[in-house]
Amino acid sequence: MATTEDVLRHTPLHALHLELGGKMVPFAGYEMPVQYPAGILKEHLHTREKAGLFDVSHMGQAFLSGDDPAAALERLTPSDLIGLKEGMQRYCLLLNDQGAILDDFMTARLAGERALYLVVNAATKESDFAYIAQKLAGVATLNPQTDRALFALQGPAAEAVLARHAPDAAALRFMHVRRMDVAGAPAIVSRSGYTGEDGFEISLNAADADRVARLLLREAEVMPIGLGARDSLRLEAGLCLYGHDIDESTGPIEANLAFAIGKRRKIEKNFPAAEHIVDALFNGVPRKRIGIRPDGRAPAREGTEIADKNGRVIGRVTSGGFAPSLNVPVAMGYVESAFAGDGTEIDLLVRGKPVPAHVAPMPFVPHRYKRTTPS
Amino acid sequence: MSELRFTNQHEWVRIEGDEATVGITKYAAEQLGDVVFVELPEAGKKLARDAEAAVVESVKAASEVYAPLSGEIVAANAALSDDPAKVNADPEGEGWFFRIKLADKAETEGLMTADQYTEFVKGL
Repeated sequence: MATTEDVLRHTPLHALHLELGGKMVPFAGYEMPVQYPAGILKEHLHTREKAGLFDVSHMGQAFLSGDDPAAALERLTPSDLIGLKEGMQRYCLLLNDQGAILDDFMTARLAGERALYLVVNAATKESDFAYIAQKLAGVATLNPQTDRALFALQGPAAEAVLARHAPDAAALRFMHVRRMDVAGAPAIVSRSGYTGEDGFEISLNAADADRVARLLLREAEVMPIGLGARDSLRLEAGLCLYGHDIDESTGPIEANLAFAIGKRRKIEKNFPAAEHIVDALFNGVPRKRIGIRPDGRAPAREGTEIADKNGRVIGRVTSGGFAPSLNVPVAMGYVESAFAGDGTEIDLLVRGKPVPAHVAPMPFVPHRYKRTTPS
Repeated sequence: MSELRFTNQHEWVRIEGDEATVGITKYAAEQLGDVVFVELPEAGKKLARDAEAAVVESVKAASEVYAPLSGEIVAANAALSDDPAKVNADPEGEGWFFRIKLADKAETEGLMTADQYTEFVKGL
């Protein structure tokens, strides 16, 4: 297998990335732009101020078909998918039999379609697809979409920009999803993203990707954004990165993702390790995922040990870096639950020295999603 | 002002008498990207050649800066604490890291000239 893994795959926008001066790095088996000449700081700030275009075509897309794909998929996730309305999508956790997190993903129910549309992480797509196909064999069929591209257009100007090419996009609200043409290309457009900003995710045929990306980049508000700023934006938004903040050693409750468990599912307890997870929900967990604000300027990176004020190690940083919008370092990680309260004083052991920090609420930068106004 | 010498760790060195000013090269600054934090050695600290002398952090990652020559730190560029972006804006000027009093001037013989360093970077 080593030979196939040595060859990095390209997304349909690879030539465009090179043309734009993208600094290409290996990521999840793909050669992807970590940044463009503007640099991570400018790309990050531009996304919060105007709009950024991200190529996320390396992520996995699939349709799950069958008599009742929602009921089938509920065997593997605690989300309420039977209750997912047409034209809506939902954040889901893919759990193994022990209730640990195999991945986080999106499930969409498109109007008038029986099949569900799934978007999973790039690094886990092969294993996710194999797992789902095997676990649901006989009740649902997974059809990976290998010939589709995926973009994210994020930021306060995203709606105005996309509406020029897809007028129907403006009517969507957070987590709404529907098929529509974008610049004449058939697409699945959802109002969602991974930055904390308002914005859209646009799935389209690989053959249309380059043309549509160039059209969007020609808009004055739009700048291409690499994986570096994608990471700093999602960290400021307090969003988990699979393989870092959540993985097969973490469960939904300690990861602070209880919102991904449907109300009906808590009562029915018919998802993997449901008894254990519902028990954890009501009776607590030994450790919790928290936000961290270092008191000084030194960033604490992934793997940094977290200690209490007596020097005892109580946890570990799982994502850490610099928050360009706040101009300070931020991090997230896990600590023993007794230390998880906002404002708790902790030390980060950066290069062997204790750096004072506080447990802090997330998101670090408020989300600006365009939600449906409650009637 | 004496001309710069370079290391294969992408530091530049300006030797003046028995002291040297040290920073990271333009190439290194470009590779790192936007610098957001620099940890500098304190004056008086004695360092052997190739010992870890400073840490430079970009949005993405932390990198070590090694002492290009043995000696004792005589000054660090405090301005980088408030404005680490100087490392990107002027890496071989205002973005200097520290000054070191040389323990063994013979060590400077092993450093590269500007032309040699340019060739070295081309080969990367």
